[in-house]
Amino acid sequence: MDKVYYLDNNATTKTDPEVVSAMMPYFSENYFNPSGVYSAAQEARKDVENARSAAAKFLNADPKEIIFTSGGTESDNMAIKGTAYANTDKGKHIITTKIEHHAIINTCKYLEKHGWEVTYLGVDKFGIVDIEELKRSIRKDTVLISVMYANNEIGTIQPIEEIGKIARENSVYFHTDAVQAAGKVLLDVKKLNVDMMSISGHKFHGPKGVGIFYLKKGVRIHSLTQGGHHEFNRRAGTENVPGIIGLAKACEIASAHLTDSADMARIKAMRDRLEKGIIERIPEVIVNGHPEKRMDNTSNVSIKYIEGEGMLIHMDFEGICASSGSACTSGSLDPSHVLLAIGLDHGTAHGSIRFSLSKYTTDEDVNKVLEVLPPAVVKLRSMSPFWKEKNK
Amino acid sequence: MKYSEKVMERFKNTKNMGRIENADGIGKVGNAKCGDVMWIYIKVENNIITECKFETFGCVAAIATSSLATDLVMGKTPEEALEITNKRIVEMLDGLPPEKLHCSVLAEDGIKRAIEDYHRRKQGLSPLPEKEEDEHEHAHDHDEEK
Repeated sequence: MDKVYYLDNNATTKTDPEVVSAMMPYFSENYFNPSGVYSAAQEARKDVENARSAAAKFLNADPKEIIFTSGGTESDNMAIKGTAYANTDKGKHIITTKIEHHAIINTCKYLEKHGWEVTYLGVDKFGIVDIEELKRSIRKDTVLISVMYANNEIGTIQPIEEIGKIARENSVYFHTDAVQAAGKVLLDVKKLNVDMMSISGHKFHGPKGVGIFYLKKGVRIHSLTQGGHHEFNRRAGTENVPGIIGLAKACEIASAHLTDSADMARIKAMRDRLEKGIIERIPEVIVNGHPEKRMDNTSNVSIKYIEGEGMLIHMDFEGICASSGSACTSGSLDPSHVLLAIGLDHGTAHGSIRFSLSKYTTDEDVNKVLEVLPPAVVKLRSMSPFWKEKNK
Repeated sequence: MKYSEKVMERFKNTKNMGRIENADGIGKVGNAKCGDVMWIYIKVENNIITECKFETFGCVAAIATSSLATDLVMGKTPEEALEITNKRIVEMLDGLPPEKLHCSVLAEDGIKRAIEDYHRRKQGLSPLPEKEEDEHEHAHDHDEEK
């Protein structure tokens, strides 16, 4: 493979080689089913439970509150549908936001087709949820509030602790999709007042296909799958042992990374240099997301008067991996629902691109973007009717 | 989604981009809401299209199809140019991903509209206004990473 300049870490991350090493013995040597009675299986059980403790420590939870899943989407489905099905005696109303990941939005839409009512809260131009609207939206029959911790597209971080407090005061369950936040900010389920949380391994240098569903003790949910007694009867199916071991390792590494301020500052400095460099070199650029309450690794910019896919492909010619909120990269014709929710017009939303960094990002990656993107923009603008009209 | 080499080549080395000042016909089609706007310019001398250029706000497929369409038109009479179909454009690009086929329809529409505009101007009528493409009935689902 030719050299790649990887700036799409909100899509997925490189698996840490230490994670891979930790997983390797669990494929062909310690391959035993943890449910077995023989000692080899019991060893596997012990290792899975140690991994559960590591995951619990990562979130400041109790190990019994950790359910291993296949990833963020499954965890989100468990939170939304699991809570909805188990609490119909209280009501059938759910509150979420307009900027959630589709794992939440489409699960809510599914429930709407089956008799539930869903309120989708708006956000301000930075992507922060309207707290007053949230308070007004809570009803007697509201069973769940689900607000994402950090947005995958623009990086905006929500006031989760405050929302959690409001949910508690109103005796409504509170779930947060923390898939993008994990590994980028310290997570403490107790401090955050959350009842449920979704985590995905591959977003913070863990393996794909494994995630965490944090379920606070006492919260009533239904299981989505029926089967064996795995994961405290919450999630049937033989444990993904290598994945769980790898995920636990990723949690340990992430904890060390998050408490290393130099490491964190390095990522933020590179992100800021990239963003500043783009603004200096390209006119008519808008930075999306909150100026401060934003993940340090994410930069989303709208480059006006052109469409995102052309920029991505020009960068791809040079090995740069990034993503776009443009419709054309998604198989649909609408641009990103997040960018529309923060108030961008369709044209501007179509011209947005996202760069997301990680601990593996280098200055060379940033330099490459600053070298390749500006001429690509000049070329695309030279054939854009809107750019010509503007400069008439 | 994967583009053919021909689409990529067209996109990389884009021909005929830009504006013709004092064009004899202009076809403005598309809808910024859906992410594709195409303006096709033609110059006609002795009933032959001698020059054709485009300006496009849109994706790789929109840019590649506009560029190819402008190439196909040049040297033809307006009547011959009307026979260019989106099917032909797609074939010459070795196909387009299904969700991108509407871009080729836009290119065909752009040419037709530029020629219609040329005929109107010749008859001393006012130029054609911009044609807004209808809202599509495509699936509006994003494929997200999770």
